[in-house]
Amino acid sequence: MRKILPFLLVVLTGLLLLGRLLYLQVIDDSFMVLSQNNAIKIEYDYPQRGYIFDRNDKLLVSNQPSYDVMAIPREVEPFDTLELSILLSVSQEDLAKQLDKAKIYSPRLPSVIVPQLSKEEYAYLQEKMRKYKGFYIQKRSLRDYQVDFAANVLGYISEANTAEIAEKPYYIAGDLIGRQGVEKEYEKILRGRKGVKYIQKDIHNLELGPYKEGQYDTLPVKGKDINLTIDAELQAYGEKLMKGKWGGIVALEPQTGEILSLITAPGYDPGLLVGRKRSRNFNKLWYDTIAKPLYDRSLQAMYPPGSPFKALTGLIALQENVIDTKERIDCHLGFSYGRGGRMACHPHKAPLSLTPAIAHSCNAYFGKTYRRIIEKYDSAQKGVNVWHDHLASFGLGDYLGYDLPSGQPGRIPDAEYYNKWYPANRWRATYIISNGIGQGEVATTPIQLANMTAAIANRGWFYTPHILKEIDGNPIKEKKYTQKNYTTIDAENFDPIIEGMFGVYEYGTARFLQVPGVEVCGKTGTAENFTKIDGERVQLTDHSIFVAFAPKDDPKIAIAVFVENGYWGSRYGGRIASLMIEKYLKGEITRTDLEKWVLEHDLIEEYKKPYSGEPFKINQ
Amino acid sequence: MKSNVKFDWITILLFLILVVFGWLNIYSTSYTEAATGIFDLSHTFGRQALWIVLSLILVIFILSVEAKFYQRFSSVIYLLSLLSLAGLFVFGKTISGATAWYVFGPFSIQPGEFAKAATALALAKYLSDIQTNITSFKHQLGAFAVILLPTLLILPQPDPGSAVVYAAFFFPLYREGLSGGYLLVGFSLVALFVLTLAFGTLWVSVGIVVLSLLILFFNRKKRKRHFSRYFIISVLAVLFSFSVNYIFHSIFQQHHRDRFNLVLGKEVDTKGIGFNTNQSEIAIGSGGWTGKGFMQGTQTKGNFVPEQHTDYIFSTVGEEWGFLGAGGLIVLFVCLLLRLAFLAERQKSQFSRVYGYSVLGILFIHFAVNIGMVIGILPTVGIPLPFLSYGGSSLWGFTLLLFIFIRLDASRKGYSTL
Repeated sequence: MRKILPFLLVVLTGLLLLGRLLYLQVIDDSFMVLSQNNAIKIEYDYPQRGYIFDRNDKLLVSNQPSYDVMAIPREVEPFDTLELSILLSVSQEDLAKQLDKAKIYSPRLPSVIVPQLSKEEYAYLQEKMRKYKGFYIQKRSLRDYQVDFAANVLGYISEANTAEIAEKPYYIAGDLIGRQGVEKEYEKILRGRKGVKYIQKDIHNLELGPYKEGQYDTLPVKGKDINLTIDAELQAYGEKLMKGKWGGIVALEPQTGEILSLITAPGYDPGLLVGRKRSRNFNKLWYDTIAKPLYDRSLQAMYPPGSPFKALTGLIALQENVIDTKERIDCHLGFSYGRGGRMACHPHKAPLSLTPAIAHSCNAYFGKTYRRIIEKYDSAQKGVNVWHDHLASFGLGDYLGYDLPSGQPGRIPDAEYYNKWYPANRWRATYIISNGIGQGEVATTPIQLANMTAAIANRGWFYTPHILKEIDGNPIKEKKYTQKNYTTIDAENFDPIIEGMFGVYEYGTARFLQVPGVEVCGKTGTAENFTKIDGERVQLTDHSIFVAFAPKDDPKIAIAVFVENGYWGSRYGGRIASLMIEKYLKGEITRTDLEKWVLEHDLIEEYKKPYSGEPFKINQ
Repeated sequence: MKSNVKFDWITILLFLILVVFGWLNIYSTSYTEAATGIFDLSHTFGRQALWIVLSLILVIFILSVEAKFYQRFSSVIYLLSLLSLAGLFVFGKTISGATAWYVFGPFSIQPGEFAKAATALALAKYLSDIQTNITSFKHQLGAFAVILLPTLLILPQPDPGSAVVYAAFFFPLYREGLSGGYLLVGFSLVALFVLTLAFGTLWVSVGIVVLSLLILFFNRKKRKRHFSRYFIISVLAVLFSFSVNYIFHSIFQQHHRDRFNLVLGKEVDTKGIGFNTNQSEIAIGSGGWTGKGFMQGTQTKGNFVPEQHTDYIFSTVGEEWGFLGAGGLIVLFVCLLLRLAFLAERQKSQFSRVYGYSVLGILFIHFAVNIGMVIGILPTVGIPLPFLSYGGSSLWGFTLLLFIFIRLDASRKGYSTL
């Protein structure tokens, strides 16, 4: 025993020490991080964010330098808080609050204390900040907007929030991140990559030099410049025409799918969301829940499309062989169907064949045609699904897949949808006949309408609409935007429909809106809409809808205009579409009376009605 | 040298490995670009290189002296050593709080580092005396006196760490027949002390009472139950537990208290007393399996661990060589200690055996307490890691201690007891 005890003691002690060592070094890995925190300082070098140009190389967004006052809490030494708060022109309480917040975020990582000083403030502060230990000024670049329009397209940038920092390891506190529009969609391309320098420090926080001879350091990579497909002039003109109206305009180049303009009204000046006034202005926009300037109506507004949808009903009917171009269908100010069902129509010549039925927008023609499509098959379920699939090939009823971060899928009902509505699947074509004229359960967004118009203009195919044209001067190659999507409708079936849409301008519902010297095809639309006032469903003045493309045989522009409560289709939508087409194709407006009418008319009174608290009349 | 003199090369090899490995780590902690060579005396590693070379010369001296010399002159060496310790009260120089140094020009020497070897010799001499019987109380007192004299001279320097090392002499005493009761009492007191600090007097007292009742219960069938003995021990234990609070709060100084509280996990202050341990744990913990590589330790480079080249040298090993290196070092130490135990057992003379166990005990306490402190399982006690920590006195002290034993071992056949 006396000989063995020392052996035992030595071996057991050795094992105990080894065990603790194993725990420290291998099992508990928190020390790795602590060691990094301790000895390595990380410095960032922020690159310039990429510029944004329009399709004609007009500069839309550039950068301006901005300076954030940063602090690393554990390095902050006691200082004269009053003096510093005066220097930074913030209150002492705010300064203390920001420092506390920074401490909670991380004592060793920099946090923003006062964001986005101007160049002048920086010049003044630069020297004085040295005496405040733990504080420094970080240079970044902020956006400098060269235009006061297209805010919905461009989006904006702001400091990454806590959730984003937790989710995306690239971002640290104070980093800027793109929000909405192309700033968000193309964040990675625009922002580039910040450079990182690792610096070995000693216990006194002195810098000893680059960590491991800088082998882990990286240089900043400049953000790439991009060209948008937007035509800045057309965009600006469209926004001008939409003054005092709420709604959206989407113009596409049918042969490429490029978005020529994407207008939502009311919009706002993108310059409002830059610098220290950003959050105040943002709140103002955010809390305007009536006009909703941050809501992109061109992408997000979902409404029954109304009459433009008749073109699709006609196309599907031709494809399904339930009509031919010669058959004339009766209309007696509408028609009756089923047990007591009736679809009304406006006065026009009757009976009509397909092409004039489009031009005159005959409800009876397309109601009956729609019924034939559905009833062609053994069951209404099958018929609706066939109809649904044709429409889906036009990009309707689902997200279109364009490269912007907001949107709505629209709605094209299928059999499953109605099975939920009607018990035991007992429903028939007559139950859903309004779909044939773009009412009922169908809903589309303005960009879907524009895309559908482009597909018609192309006689059966389209490119997925997109906003990005070039990156650093190189055209985009992404397959999604460079491969044609074919509709399920054969090319020859488009001609009678296009003739009908041409007829809309020649002799139909938009004959007073012809563009001199250009063959324009279009279709008016009117959408009933409702709101709730004190829990009661109240009908408001119809939305004015218009789709068009031109020139007829070599389409350069396809457009959808949607004006909230603008009444009938040609009243606002048609006028604006006509002006936009002329502006884009000719570069100038010859019909100044028409332009003047649009500029001088607004719908402010119309929009006030539901909030007036008094009874009001609609569709005046 | 005589033909029957055989040095134990295994021990010598282990010694060389430890010294060289220690120097590499000191080099890593103290290297700067201004260094002109490995003997650059303006740098810590350069001075240590010099100490190592000198210690090798010392080794040759030690090994060439006749083994008998150490036994014959042990009393003289012991007395000289005591004098050198006592002389500190008059001529001593205070360095980092302890008056433990003689200073000669640029060099300073710490007599305490040599007193361990001297005490070991004296104890060996005393115990191996034919008249000494360690089981008798009188001779036990004599042995304790040999050990306590230098301890009492070292404590007031103050250097409690070095004083703790003298507990090492329990190894030879126990081996030579000292009652195990002393060890038991010693361990019990330490355990009671720590438990009282951790759980408070009340719970410890309850524990003692429950424990003694249990023992009584299981021994109830034995004829002699020594009821009164259990009672007295229990009462004494409870009284001790009560006095711990007094000792801790009234006799200990604040920095002693902090060191205990830290290890007991009662304090999380990482800026004050906890700083060393915390930084050293971070350095070691960040080493992982294989370490950051020689000269690549970020904590080492940034001098985050105070006293890293001396008492905390093990943290550099841990950071730069990882678990493989640091664990390997522990294994090396264990090998050295086991080898010493083996050597001590094979001695024919009692003098050599007592001395061998003293060497084993001293190195063991240094090894266990130093590494235990650096990896945060023992309170901060400032004693060096033998052969690795920077310092001429400590290196020479350990060299002397170890090589006298190697010399004694080498002559075990031709050398008989008197």
